[in-house]
Parts: sequence; structure tokens; C-alpha cells
Amino acid sequence: MANALINVPQRARRGEIIEIKTLVSHPMETGYRRTQTGEVIPRDLIRRFVCTYNGTEVFRAELHPAIAANPFIVFNTLATESGTLAFHWTGDNGYSVTESATITVE
Amino acid sequence: MGRPTSRREFLRAAASAALMGPALVGPALMFRAAPARATPVEMREAITRLIGSASVHQGRVKIELPPLSENGHAVPLTLSVDSPMTEADHVKAIHVFTEKNPQPDVVSFRFGPRAGRAHVATRMRLADTQTVVAVCELSDGSFWSASATVLVTLAACVEEL
Repeated sequence: MANALINVPQRARRGEIIEIKTLVSHPMETGYRRTQTGEVIPRDLIRRFVCTYNGTEVFRAELHPAIAANPFIVFNTLATESGTLAFHWTGDNGYSVTESATITVE
Repeated sequence: MGRPTSRREFLRAAASAALMGPALVGPALMFRAAPARATPVEMREAITRLIGSASVHQGRVKIELPPLSENGHAVPLTLSVDSPMTEADHVKAIHVFTEKNPQPDVVSFRFGPRAGRAHVATRMRLADTQTVVAVCELSDGSFWSASATVLVTLAACVEEL
């Protein structure tokens, strides 16, 4: 169920700031909601999102229940060299999804 | 019961139950209707926990939220800081807090000089009409804050399924 969408430009000039859009399918269940019979729906969240660029961390987010379902995060990074951008989401109940994209820097 | 309940007796019983009822089930219902919410005080405490004794200045960080949101389940949130993002002068983190969601923390974004630009967008939940506060932490150790107030028509987080 690795269903993450990422949008990274395929090529960029060296030193250019590129915008990265990420969307991952996840209910982000807060643990505050109840069913009609009054039972609390157990919490199930993505807690952490990390983006690494050729192994170096360039961006990180710590998510709490107030982030909407299917977390959508747009951020920027500096295009320094050709290589791989890796995206890693981790959360409750052993949730772990990794996606990657390659970029060519001229 | 020996004889069928008369209409008069039934009404009398119903009236006394209605009078007694709220006293018995009131607290439980009130609890259900108004689940635990963070308060502006808790939000300030959460901010204090993050920054310690440092003082927070107004400005630098820009928070963008729609002034009116019809759906509190996914409200677009954009944060930016005008910063050169160099090794010497960059934004280390932007944290977001709410005053009326069940808990005050929303998200923490962490940057470094490699981010290029301190600009980030996401979608957040809002449980009520409230003020959302963004606090940014710069590499020189200073904290800057800005807030935005959103009117929410359909609240998120605490509804029943």
C-alpha cells in the first residue's frame, strides 16, 4: 500500500531552488473521534516525514493529529548535484513508506 | 406490573425522569458533546515548552490561512520566512500551534541551509474558529511569531462517525 505521490522536477540548474510536492495516502486518525456507539477510534498517525538528498537530510517534519488526512507537504530544496531524493514517512502501528525520485542537475 | 400504566401516570413519570435525567446523565453527555480541547493557555504552555525562557518577537514568519474555511478537515496552510538560508543565517524550524484543537501542537518543520527557501505548505485540521500561531526559530537562536485567525464552519477532529 505504498501509495505516495511525489512531484520533483526531473532536471534543474545547479544552485536553483526546486519545489517538491508530496502527498501520501493515510487516514491520520486522531484518536479523538468516536464511533456512534461511543468507542474511541484508535489513533493512527504519520509522525514523521524526512527528505534526504543523496543521503543528506534536507527537510524534516514532525506531524501531529492536526494535520489533515493524506498529508500533503510542499517544500523547497537547493539543487546541488544529480542524484536521488528519498522521502520517508513513518508513523504509528509500524507505518513506514519510502519513495524516491531522481534529479539531473546541470 | 398489575395494571396497565395510565396516561396520567406515564406523563408524571416522564416529567420526573426529565427533571432527574440531566442530573444523572448530564456530565456524561456534556463530556461527549465537548471533548477535551486545548485552550489558549495550553497553547502558550506548549510554546514555552518549545522555546524555554527565550522571548518571542512578532514578525519575520508569515502564516497564510484562509480567513473563512467551510471545511475544517483540510485547511490549506502556508508558512514562509524571508531568510537568505545560508549557513550563517537560516531558519532552523517553524512550529505551528492552535488554541482550540484537542491538542495545541500541529506540526514542526525543520530546515537547514540546504532547504534553499524557508517556504512550506500543507493542509491542517481546525476543530473550531480560532487563532493559529506560527513560531519560527532562526539560526541565531531568536524566535519570531505570527498568527492568523480562521472562521470555521464545519469543525474537524472531534465529530462522531
